[in-house]
Amino acid sequence: MDISYSPRFSIHRVWAMVLRYFYLLRGSIPRIVELAYWPTMQMLIWGFMSEFLMNHSEWFVKAGGILIGAVLLWDIMFRSNIGVSLSFLEEMWSRNLGHLFASPLRPYEWALSLLVISALRTLIGILPAALLAIPLYHYSIFQMGLPLIAFFVNLLVFGAAIGLAVSGLVLRCGLGAESLAWAVIFAVAPFSGIYYPIETLPDWVQPIAYALPSSHVFEGMRAVTLEHIFLIDRFIWAVVLNVFYLALGLSVFLIAFKGARHRGQLLQMGE
Amino acid sequence: MHNMKKIVIKAKNLTKRFGEIVAINDISFVVRQGETVALLGGNGAGKTTTISILLGLLTPTSGTLSVLGADMSRKRHQVLPRMNFSSPYVDLPKRLTARENLMVYAKLYGIVRPSRQISILAEDLEIETFLDRPFGELSSGQKTRVSLAKSLLNDPALLLLDEPTASLDPDTADWVRSYLEEFQNRTGATIVLASHNMSEVERLCNYVLMMKGGRIFDHDSPDGLLKKYGRINLEDVFLDIARGKSNALTETNGD
Repeated sequence: MDISYSPRFSIHRVWAMVLRYFYLLRGSIPRIVELAYWPTMQMLIWGFMSEFLMNHSEWFVKAGGILIGAVLLWDIMFRSNIGVSLSFLEEMWSRNLGHLFASPLRPYEWALSLLVISALRTLIGILPAALLAIPLYHYSIFQMGLPLIAFFVNLLVFGAAIGLAVSGLVLRCGLGAESLAWAVIFAVAPFSGIYYPIETLPDWVQPIAYALPSSHVFEGMRAVTLEHIFLIDRFIWAVVLNVFYLALGLSVFLIAFKGARHRGQLLQMGE
Repeated sequence: MHNMKKIVIKAKNLTKRFGEIVAINDISFVVRQGETVALLGGNGAGKTTTISILLGLLTPTSGTLSVLGADMSRKRHQVLPRMNFSSPYVDLPKRLTARENLMVYAKLYGIVRPSRQISILAEDLEIETFLDRPFGELSSGQKTRVSLAKSLLNDPALLLLDEPTASLDPDTADWVRSYLEEFQNRTGATIVLASHNMSEVERLCNYVLMMKGGRIFDHDSPDGLLKKYGRINLEDVFLDIARGKSNALTETNGD
């Protein structure tokens, strides 16, 4: 029997977990359809809303498609968050944690696999909606060019960081807290300036908004769409804040995992 | 358990408390290479807690544990690739097929040629016909055999089994026991199993740790226990201990 040495970090173990979630996704057509369904519905609603507003507002004529761009970017963050949380919950529902952590898998390898599968799920969910917006509303999010990649990565990471923290809370509190997986992300939505500039918010709220990477991304998105400029300072702020939030999310997750080992929850948690 | 074979498990003064509840209380024991040791006891005796600690899934409140030469509090990842376990109470993902489950775990255990290893085990354990069916759709006996295949993927030097034949019909249970005997004869692996099934313990195990109330109440070979308690089967010994009719040893540790 050939068994490789068990290093502190193994990309093969991360890949094994990605494969586990890929098998789950591949085995269910409804799951794949569902991934693309909600972003497409959102895009359709905001697409028609944009057309209506363009007929009644000069600003919207100039801003053409900004709402569709905003909703697609918001969905990147939302899908990334849900991608981490649901993949995590899948292990709780299937009572698989005992097998996983009796194996050489390390918790941070699992966390990394959750980020990878979340990115894949996000792409599967968003791409059809983004492509459909081109013939339907003559709006292509891809016109943003390279800044789109910067926005995508930042929102993906922020959504995943929240997902990791929420997963840690569910690990701590049990499956009774699973609704947090859907709810927490909406707490940051009003402060992210998805559909409106941050200056719209009351003065005292604006510092809270600027403490979130998402607000810098959406401000940057509006600058690219309206003024065709890429605000490098917004990008840097988003990256710095994301490093902080990712470290925080990962810490919450790893501390909760350590606590679960202490309390004996790894063998007991499940539906 | 005093011989020259290498020590695989050395537990010293292990205690686990959950708040006010003491799940295991100051237990010590040694398991040597090639032995099959049973953890025997009623519900709540501390068997599953002990197995969880041996696997590193649960941290003890106090005491020390060395498995395959590694201190489990700090270096468990060094030895986890050489261990494995199976339990009917810890599921594999239901929506993945048996083959997909085995492939994921083969990769987690760092098996270099996973497809080949899965084929060998599938043939040995006679699971080929349902290898591509979702795990959740399998019968109890089929699930047990797939879980057993998962636990043997890495040819473990230490195999931990929690009630390996629970909820199996007598024919399948006998088949599983025969397979475990054959596996141990072939590989020289060490097996620790928790069980309620006395005939299983008498057949498979060469040493028994009798647990009660989180402590090791008595320990000996199956024959030794029968002599000590003046009984003809382990079930009667178990009942004597469970009902407090023991006229043999007082409480003791297994070291």
